Parts: sequence; structure tokens; C-alpha cells
Amino acid sequence: MSVNGRGETRAVPPGAALPVEVTRLCKSYGRAKAIDDVSLSIRPGEFVTLLGPSGSGKTTLLMTIAGFARPDSGSIRIGDSEIVRMPPHLRNIGVVFQNYALFPHMTVAGNIAYPLKLRRLPRPEVARWVAAALDLAQLPGLGERRIDEISGGQRQRVALARALVFEPRILLMDEPLSALDKHLREEMQIEIRRLHRQLGTTTIAVTHDQREAITMSDRVAILHQGRIMQFDTPRAIYERPASRFVAEFIGESCFLPVEVSMGKPCYGGRPLKLATGPIVGGRGLLLLRPERLCLVGDGDAGAEVNCFHGRIAQAVFQGESVLLTVTLDSGDRLRARLPNRRLANGVCLDEGAAISLGLHAEDAILLPGEAP
Amino acid sequence: MTLAAGFEAAAAPPGLNAAGLAADERAERRMLLLLCSPGMLIALVILFLPIGWLFWFSVIDQAGSFTTENYARIWREGAYVAIFLTTFEVSLLVTAVCVLLGYPLAYCLSQLSARAAGVLLLGVVVPFWTSLLVRTYAWLVLLQRKGLVNDLLIGLGVLDRPAMLSYNTLGVTIGMTHIMLPFLVLPLYVSMRAIDPTLMKAAASLGGRPAAVFRDVFFPLSLPGLVAGLVLTFILCLGFYITPAILGGGRVQFIAQRIYASVNLFPTWGPASALGVVLLVLTITVLLLAQALLKRWRRRFG
Repeated sequence: MSVNGRGETRAVPPGAALPVEVTRLCKSYGRAKAIDDVSLSIRPGEFVTLLGPSGSGKTTLLMTIAGFARPDSGSIRIGDSEIVRMPPHLRNIGVVFQNYALFPHMTVAGNIAYPLKLRRLPRPEVARWVAAALDLAQLPGLGERRIDEISGGQRQRVALARALVFEPRILLMDEPLSALDKHLREEMQIEIRRLHRQLGTTTIAVTHDQREAITMSDRVAILHQGRIMQFDTPRAIYERPASRFVAEFIGESCFLPVEVSMGKPCYGGRPLKLATGPIVGGRGLLLLRPERLCLVGDGDAGAEVNCFHGRIAQAVFQGESVLLTVTLDSGDRLRARLPNRRLANGVCLDEGAAISLGLHAEDAILLPGEAP
Repeated sequence: MTLAAGFEAAAAPPGLNAAGLAADERAERRMLLLLCSPGMLIALVILFLPIGWLFWFSVIDQAGSFTTENYARIWREGAYVAIFLTTFEVSLLVTAVCVLLGYPLAYCLSQLSARAAGVLLLGVVVPFWTSLLVRTYAWLVLLQRKGLVNDLLIGLGVLDRPAMLSYNTLGVTIGMTHIMLPFLVLPLYVSMRAIDPTLMKAAASLGGRPAAVFRDVFFPLSLPGLVAGLVLTFILCLGFYITPAILGGGRVQFIAQRIYASVNLFPTWGPASALGVVLLVLTITVLLLAQALLKRWRRRFG
């Protein structure tokens, strides 16, 4: 937690990251419910990402925690203190804004020093803390630059340094990487991860980019229409999504309709091989991840593999993989991502060719069906 | 096939097409110059020629020979210096009052929704559409000895005899402030609108009380707009004629009034021209000072 190892006026003792407890939070704009009875329990030192499409309420949720939007009801606690009625400037929360919101009339060092000056730290102290923060954010020698003289990636680092230098109780980030190009974004994802590991500050980020969420977070909360659909580790969400919405939001996905007859889930009249999976009443959906499908030759499908037969409608070469769109004999469509490697004799990936795809029972995920 | 030949890089000489490309560049520049020329011509005819002419008039006497008498007279006679001082004093006062009234007004407008601010801005701009003369006389009706303001104050028992609200600096200041306020508010409002509101949120999240956020972030960022409005207001004030003439009742003399008097008093344009030139030079000096000041401010904040 320590930025530079001094410690008289710190709010948080070193190593003591704080938990965040959001309880039954509601916020409406007119009739629209931006946040609909959200509860969220974040552990000390955790990196949590709020992921959702635009309008899902993720930014509103972040802004209520920061204190810039007033919820209609509910509670927000950081550690032992209730902050829901506290004005933003007393909350002691670091915020990285989407456009960084760096002060254009101050230098890089001036921006980072600002929260310290507000806290009336003596001048030599301020200089020491700023130097340490510049170091931590890997901005060597840029202290005297004006904000319009530095690059987008450097601005991102300044915004992070400014939000962390005063040792906030928690750190919030609103779409922190959306303004950067792809290459820088990947670099900063790793950089943010490193900073988080080093400082251990409890962090809540908002994004609409699933890759960003998966790369950076300990846990991800998927939001949709102001509600939390699922809150779990990235791997758990990917492998055991709770609903079709979540499955579509994280990773690539295809669905096949499943009917339950005599207690057994079936597709096209044939029972499916599933490792686990709840038996749902009436109907369900089979989730297939395109990269989990494999080519099956004649008769070599094992006992644990579900087979799907069809014809290739489209084959797109994507470098490391080939993305196939397959029309099954039943008329449903599937996508399969096959690794780009030498194919077995006689297998042809041309459009119109017949193909058999296999899905291992372990990779078959059964989801509750939707009302037709 | 020139296109195909272009791809045979090894066969092509260095400096391929250089002469042609340079010619294109020159042609483009000539074209731009041609496009600018009407504007430059207009500036020459309506700006530089008349000012040159004014200057010429101010340094020749009735016989057509060179003289500095017109300038010497301004310096010699204390009345002229006093008039210049009055003009600058009252203009400065009006500008200061405009800032005191206009800054909070522009700030409030900038914090409203765009639509609400638009409606209220109309209130700021509408007086523009009324004649300056009408507005000045309206103030006279309000402020004179037996005017509405005095009647009201006496009726309420605040005063027992009419206060001198017009035919003095106070009256001129009130009238000019009313007329000049939009010139300050409009540029200021625009520059305040341009300040990103997330900057204030950021400052609050870093621990700034609302007053500190205003002092450290909003105010410095509104300074360029304030200086622009301030300079505009001040310079327009310097040339005022009608309002000081009517509301000053002859007791508050502005240079413009003196110039008018000089035109009638002297047989040549010289004395009036000299006054015009001095006013112009002083105005430019003020502008340059403001610019230098702004530069220093920027450096301090930067």
C-alpha cells in the first residue's frame, strides 16, 4: 500500500486494503432504473471489474461509489465507514476518469502534487511523494512537462499516479483504457495489474471490453439493465456462465436448442453427453464455445464426445486459426474455431464440404432456456 | 504504362518527379495568396488607409506644412490630460463593475443546462437590439432628480431628499455598465462552457472542497475568457460618446466628446485627429500590457 514508505498522515496503514460493501443500491433516472437493487461484496485488495454493455448501469454504479451520483436508496461501506451520504471530497477515493481529467493548466508534477497540497503536506514532503509517484508510474523526467506535451499512454500513467499518490482508501477507474490504441491498451492492462499487485489497493474498474476485464480482474461483475447477472472470477464466468446473456458477453459463443425428454437433455432427438449440468424442465440451451469444437473423423468420436454433422457455409482464414461457419443437418448454425495446423488426410475445409464436429462432454454447458 | 514503370524502383532515377511536385507546391501557394487578397485589400482600404490618413491630418497645419503643434497642445493644456484621465478612470471603473456583476452571472449560466442557459442568455443579449440612445435616455428617466429611483427611495423613506444619481460619474458608470455587460458576459460564458466538468469532479475526488475546486481549477481555466471580455469591454468603453454625454450632463467628459468639440472648434481636422491618434496609441498600449500580463499568468500557472 505504501507509495514511498513514509507514514504519518496516511489514511490506510500499509498492507491494510479495505473491503467494499454495496448493499441494495437503487438509482432511477425518471422511470429508467439505472441501478436496480445491486449488492456487491468486494474483498480487501481485490481488483473487481464491472462489465456490461452501454446503458447497463456500470458507470452509474461507479459514480455513486465515487460520490458524483446520489442513489435513491442503499448503502455503500468502505471498511467500517458508511459513505453513501458523504460528499465526494471527503471520501478519500482515487478516481481515474475516462478522459483522465488532467488539469491542463498544471504540469505533470503539478497534477500529481495537487491532492497532496489539498492535504496541506509540507512542501519538501510533497516533492518527495511526487517523485516517488512519478517513479512508480514509470514517468521518469516528465514532471515539468505540460499535459498537452505528453502522449496518451503517459497521460494514463499521470492519471493513475495522481489517483494513487494520496493513498486513497480505494481506487476507481472509469473505462481507463478506452482512449488508447490496441497496442498501448494491452501494455497498460499489464501495467495496471502490476501497480495493483504492488500497492494492493482495492480497485473497482468499469469497462465494456471483455478482454480488458478478463486480463485485469480478480473477479468480474456482469451488469445488464442495472442488475448484476453474475459476479465471479473470469474463469468461472467463462466456463460456467449463469445465463445466455453472460455467455454471449464473455467469449465467443453458439447456442443450440435443447429439449428435455424423460429427464435427459436431447438435441435433435439424440441425447447429449454432459459431464454435469442441471436437468432443467422443458427446454434449455446448449452453449458451445467455437474454440472447444474439434474435427471428428468417421467413427473416431469417443464415448464422451457429442457429434454434430453439417456442411461448411463459410471458412475464414484468421492466421492462427480458421473460423468455420457450419450449417448443421438440422438447419442450426454453428461456429467453430480450428487451430491452423496441418489437417488429417482427406479432410477438406472448403466451403460446401461435409464436416463432423465434436464437443467433449466436459465442454458442453447447459443453460436454462428462454421463454420462446 | 507510366504506372508500371514507377514500380520498377531500381530503374527510376532519384528525385523522381521532384521538379513537378515543387511546381505544384508553388502553384498552391500562389493560389492561397490569391484567395486571401480580397480580404487583405479590404483591410487595407477600410483599416490602414483611414488610420494613415488620420495620422497625416494630425501632423500638418492649415498651410499644409509639418507641425507637432496639435500634439504639443494636448500635452500643454491640463484640460486634455484631465479628460484622458477621466476616460481611463471611468472605463476602468465600468470594466471592474462589469467583472463583479458579469463573472457570477456567466458562472451561473455556465452551470445551467444548455437550454436554460440559452433562454437566460437571450435576456443578456436582448438589450443589444434596443438603440443605445434609447437605453441611455431610459436610464436618465430612472436616475434623474425626480426620476423613478429617487421617487421610490423617498417614498419608502430611505432618503429624505433626492440623491444625485445622474449628471455625475455614478450615473455614467451605471449606464455604461448596463450597456457593456454583454460584451463581458458572452466571451466569458463561452470560455466557461468549454471547461470540462469532469475536471471539477476530478478535483473533488482528490479532496478539494467546492471552494478549493473553484479557486484551483475553474477560476484559472476561466481566465483567458475573462481577460478577453475585460479587454473588449475596456476598449469599447474608451470610445464611448452618447452615454457619458447624456448621463454625465457635461460634468463627465470623455475623449470622444472632446474630439467632437475639437472638430467644431478648430478650422482644421488636425487637433481632433491628434486626439484620435493619442487614444489609439494608448489603447494599443493597454492591449499589449494585457497580453504581457496574460503571458506571465500563464507561466505562473503552467
